[in-house]
Amino acid sequence: MSAPAIPRAVRERTLLRSLSLVIVGGLLIALITGALSSYRNLQLAYGGYYFAALAGLTVLAGLSGQISLGHGALMAVGAYTSGLLIGNEGWALVPALVAAAGVSAIIGIPLGLAASRLRGPYLAGATLAFAVGLPALADKFPSTFGGENGLTINPSMPPSWLGSNFALERWEAWIACACALIVLFVLYNLVHSGVGRSLRAVRDDEIAASLCGLHVGRNQTVAFVVSAACAGLGGGVFTVVNQLAAPGSFQVQLSLYLLAGVVIGGLGSLVGAIWGAALLVFLPNWTTDLANSFSLSTNVSHNLPLAIYGVVLIAAMLLWPSGIQGGFRSLGSWLWHRRGRRSRSPGAPADRPSAAS
Amino acid sequence: MLAVHELSAHYGPVRAVDHVSLEVSAGSVTAVLGANGAGKTSLLRTITGLIPASAGRVIFEGEDITRRPVEEIVRRGLAHVPEGRGVIAELSVDENLRLGGLWRGRDAAPRKEIYELFPRLHDRRTQLASRLSGGERQMLSIGRALMGRPRALLLDEPSLGLAPLLVAQIMAMIRRLADTLDLAVLLVEQNARSALSVANRGVVLNLGRVVADEESHRLAADEGLRHAYLGF
Repeated sequence: MSAPAIPRAVRERTLLRSLSLVIVGGLLIALITGALSSYRNLQLAYGGYYFAALAGLTVLAGLSGQISLGHGALMAVGAYTSGLLIGNEGWALVPALVAAAGVSAIIGIPLGLAASRLRGPYLAGATLAFAVGLPALADKFPSTFGGENGLTINPSMPPSWLGSNFALERWEAWIACACALIVLFVLYNLVHSGVGRSLRAVRDDEIAASLCGLHVGRNQTVAFVVSAACAGLGGGVFTVVNQLAAPGSFQVQLSLYLLAGVVIGGLGSLVGAIWGAALLVFLPNWTTDLANSFSLSTNVSHNLPLAIYGVVLIAAMLLWPSGIQGGFRSLGSWLWHRRGRRSRSPGAPADRPSAAS
Repeated sequence: MLAVHELSAHYGPVRAVDHVSLEVSAGSVTAVLGANGAGKTSLLRTITGLIPASAGRVIFEGEDITRRPVEEIVRRGLAHVPEGRGVIAELSVDENLRLGGLWRGRDAAPRKEIYELFPRLHDRRTQLASRLSGGERQMLSIGRALMGRPRALLLDEPSLGLAPLLVAQIMAMIRRLADTLDLAVLLVEQNARSALSVANRGVVLNLGRVVADEESHRLAADEGLRHAYLGF
């Protein structure tokens, strides 16, 4: 019969498309990083781990409709996991990063179970409490987590087959971008699978979803766990790139920045997560430059990024409610329609999608 | 097939379903009729577990399914097409159908079968459900329920807001589904005349209680009942 063949073809197409996307992206990054300065490579690495966390969060918030203000803390879980495993236990890079994602996913299970029972502001509050409370643990167990100073690890050196003068920053950019691409690949396929459809159904109409035989709570928990794993991987890479996991990096502001990045980039859009990551990397620099050029006091300049995030967030909500990516999309469709209208002969009826009777 | 015994449900202190008993056998259509607020929708929602039953039992294929989780009841083969259609507006017609068969995996009904039943849906399969008309949404909602190969179908006001010609089509379709798929259909309707035209039995509810349970032609012939509760 032909019917079961259709989903298989669709599935293969999605897989193929995402795989080619990842390969092209990987090759581009491998080439571009050769031309970038060490500092730009480092920024690319920052962008890579932010993207991992943002992509997980955008799928959670955009697809499953759950809000999390705790993703900064989930990044911290991943960061400390890889810090402990690489620094103290001498684990290799890849297993340590896998473990970082895994431990965060495990922490995400109880959070996800709670999340599936909470709605809107209550869920935001619960996850915020997690984000506020978790960094304090580092102070409680200074012998394990290194207290305020955190954990430091040795830089992960580029393998010898890349040559002796292969820059460390470029290698770090590769690691971060490889993880970002893996996250992109997994999430892209998830979004276009039955799980993605179930999540959208649950978000749109929980009753209709349960009447389709879907476990609403289980779906929401799965979304949260996947999202937590992405944040954990991002955190693990954070430690590798910065050679440090310290509570100061994972304050509650980070969670707020992540949410702002997701919203400004475009909720639910993986491409939007790239814009969000770029924003998280560049905005602090711009605001510092701004503060310096106006010679503001450190008190003001330290808080400037958060204030600017707030302003950008409000502006984005008013001007582009669907974020940067949504803005580009509507701009694109507007241009497309303009072009279509011009190419049609004057006086011909507009080709509008027929409204159903 | 589906038997409801002395089922009750409350909204706070208000008793919405009051000791209702009825039966639906395979291949037959039972219409649940009554005015606004008679408890028709609440009865369906209590049967599928969307509202917890406060007393009584729901027996489906010999097993007690009272107070089971909604998705478990659906997975046992009791499909519920909710009032207001409940299609996922953001998914395409095709994706909505696939959603209905997701829990069945490979055993789901082939979409081809659903498209044969509703050719209109096939024409619109790539469109978002939000672009569909009321009648098409109703077809999609019924089609999605059929994807899980149910053995009983609960329909909540399928004629709501549809043009008379479309109502007749939907009703004829419901009769055909019961006959060809051997489905037990429980049809909640305000449009009593058209529901009784395809139903084997009619149950009239008033203030949550059963006031009549008879074969449909007798119900339609009972002038007193018609005037008092059915409005025709």
